[in-house]
Amino acid sequence: MGSGHAHRLYRHADSPVHALPPHCKLAAVLAFVVVVVSTPREAVWAFAGYALLLAAVARAARVPGRFLLRRLVIEVPFVAFALLMPFVSQGERVQVLGLSLSVSGLWGAWNVLAKGTLGVAASVLLAASTELRALLLGLQRLKLPPLLVQIAAFMIRYGDVVTDELRRMRIARESRGFEARGVRHWGVLAKSAGALFIRSYERGERVHLAMVSRGYAGTMPVIDVATATRAQWAYALALPCAALLICLLGWFL
Amino acid sequence: MHVPDGFIDAPASAVAGVVAAGAVAVSLKGARKELDERTAPLAGLVAAFVFAVQMLNFPVAAGTSGHLLGGALAAILVGPYTGVLCISVVLLMQGVLFADGGLTALGVNITTMGVVTVLVASFAFRGLLAVLPRRRGSVTVAAFVAALLSVPAAAAFFTLVYAVGGTTDVPAGTVLTAMVGVHVLIGIGEAVITTATVGAVIAVRPDLVHGARGLTAPLKLRVGGELVDAAPATPAPAPRSPRKVWIAGLVTSLLLAGFVSFYASASPDGLEKVAADQGIDRKVEEHAAKDSPLADYGVQDIANARLSGGLAGVIGVAATIVVGTGVFWTVRRRRTEAAGRTEATGRTEATGRTEATGRTEAAARTESSARTESSARTESAARTDETG
Repeated sequence: MGSGHAHRLYRHADSPVHALPPHCKLAAVLAFVVVVVSTPREAVWAFAGYALLLAAVARAARVPGRFLLRRLVIEVPFVAFALLMPFVSQGERVQVLGLSLSVSGLWGAWNVLAKGTLGVAASVLLAASTELRALLLGLQRLKLPPLLVQIAAFMIRYGDVVTDELRRMRIARESRGFEARGVRHWGVLAKSAGALFIRSYERGERVHLAMVSRGYAGTMPVIDVATATRAQWAYALALPCAALLICLLGWFL
Repeated sequence: MHVPDGFIDAPASAVAGVVAAGAVAVSLKGARKELDERTAPLAGLVAAFVFAVQMLNFPVAAGTSGHLLGGALAAILVGPYTGVLCISVVLLMQGVLFADGGLTALGVNITTMGVVTVLVASFAFRGLLAVLPRRRGSVTVAAFVAALLSVPAAAAFFTLVYAVGGTTDVPAGTVLTAMVGVHVLIGIGEAVITTATVGAVIAVRPDLVHGARGLTAPLKLRVGGELVDAAPATPAPAPRSPRKVWIAGLVTSLLLAGFVSFYASASPDGLEKVAADQGIDRKVEEHAAKDSPLADYGVQDIANARLSGGLAGVIGVAATIVVGTGVFWTVRRRRTEAAGRTEATGRTEATGRTEATGRTEAAARTESSARTESSARTESAARTDETG
C-alpha cells in the first residue's frame, strides 16, 4: 500500500465540508438525491437550482470545477442511452434540424441526463471531501449492519493489494511477450483470474488467522466514535432542505 | 449496467431498496453459516477480488473489449450467500465512492446485478450438478450454463423493473428485445470466461470451489491392512428441518393463489393466443369439466370477482397439496419396503466384489491426494512467511 490510505477520488483540503462528520454528509447526500429524483421533469429551472446548490457546496469544499467535470465521465454509457431515447420513443413527434424526434423521448432523455448528472456530481463531491475510513465510520453510524461494514472495510483495505497483484500478473504476462488480442487469449486471462481468486482467498485466510492471533472474536473494536453536534447536522442538512424547497416549488408552480 | 439516478422513479426504487435490504440481511445470516467467524475477512477479500476482476479487460475483437460481471463466478466459487454479499458490497462501494450507479438506484442495482444474477446462476448450477454425473466435467458444463443464463436473466429483470417504474416511455417490449439481445452476447463471453476461471481454480485448489465440494473422493486410511474411512475433518452439518421451507412454500403459494392471482392478466396466455390467432383452437371442444364448480378459476355462485378468484386459488392449492402429499407418501412407503427386501439378499454379494477391486484404487488415490495436500500446505506456509 505504497500510496497511503487515501483513495484517488479524495482531495485533501481544509474546508468546512471536509470537517463535517461523515454520517451527516452521507445522510445529506442521500436526502439530496432522493429529492432530486422526485422532482417533476417539467420544472427545468429546478434542476438549474440544484446545480447551483451543488456548485456552492463544491466552492465551500474547495473542489475545483475541472476536477468535478472530469469525474463526471463515468456517466458516459448512460448518456449514450439517453441520446438514443428520442429516436426510439413513441408518441407525438417534432421536427428538429430535419430529424423526427419523439417529444416524450426528449423529455425522458432530459430527465435521465439531468437527474443522473446531479446524482453523480453529489456522489463525487462526497467522495472528494470524505476520507475512506471516515466514510466507513459514517456508514456504521447510519446503522448499517456491522458485519457489512467490516466486509466493506476489508474490501477497501485490500482492494488496492488485490488490484496490484493483478497489475503484477499483467506485467509478468507482458514481459513474456503475451498480448491479448482476441477471444483465443481468453484462456490465459481466465487463468490469471483463477490464480487471483486463489491468492485472494488464501490471503483472506491468513488475514483471519493473523487477526485471531491478535484477539479478534468476530467484532471490531470501536476506537473513534464519530459524533455530530446539532450545528453540524444543521449545516449538512442545509443542502437537502434547500433542495426540498426547490422541489416543492417545482411541484406547485 | 449500473443504473444512474432518475432512470427508475422513486416508488419503484424504494421497493427495490427494500428487496435488496432483505436479500442482504438474509445473505449476512447465510454467509455466517458458510464461513462462520471468518466471514468478514474472507468475504471482504472475495469482494476485493470481484472488484479487481471487473477491471480485467477481455479483448473481444478489433479493439473492443468487455469485462467480467462476476455474479455467476462468485456464486460458484464461494456460494450463493457470500456471493450476494460480495457483489452487494462492491456495488455499494462503487455507488458511494466512484459514483458508478446512483445512490437512489442502489436497490435496483443490487437486486438486478447481485441478487438475480447470483440466484439464477446458483439455481442453474445446482440443478445441473444434481442431474449430471459427479465428475469434474459436469462442473464445467454447469458453470457454463449458469453464467450463460445469469446475464440475460438480469437483463430481463431490469426490463421488468423498468416496465414498473421507468421514467421514459420507450415500450417495454423494445427494451426487453434490446437488453436481452445484447446481454445474450455478453452472457456467452461471461460464460466462457467464468468456465475457464472455475476450471483454473479447480485444477489447483478444488477444495476452494464451493460448487464442487461433493466431488473430492473421501479419504481412506489403511489401518492394519484394512481400508477404513477416515473421520471427516469437519462434522457434517445437521440436516435442516424441512418444516420451515414447507411452511414458507405453503404461505407463498396461498398468497399467490388467493391474492396476487387477481392481478394476473386475464387475456389468453401465449399458447392460447397463438392458437386463437392461427385458428388451431377451432376444433377444440369445451373442457369436460367446464361445469365444475371451479371452472375458469372462479367459484360458482360468488359474484365478487376478486373473492371468487382468490377462493378458487386457495382451494386449488389445498387440493394440490392433498393429492401431491398422498402420492408422495404412497411412493415413499412402497420404496422403503422394496429397499428393505433387496438389501437382505444383495449385501453378501456386493461386499465381496468391492473389496477385491476397490482396494488398490482407493489406496492409490489416498496416497496421491495426501501428497498434494501436504506439498500445498508447505508451499502456503512458505508464502505466509514471506508475506506475513
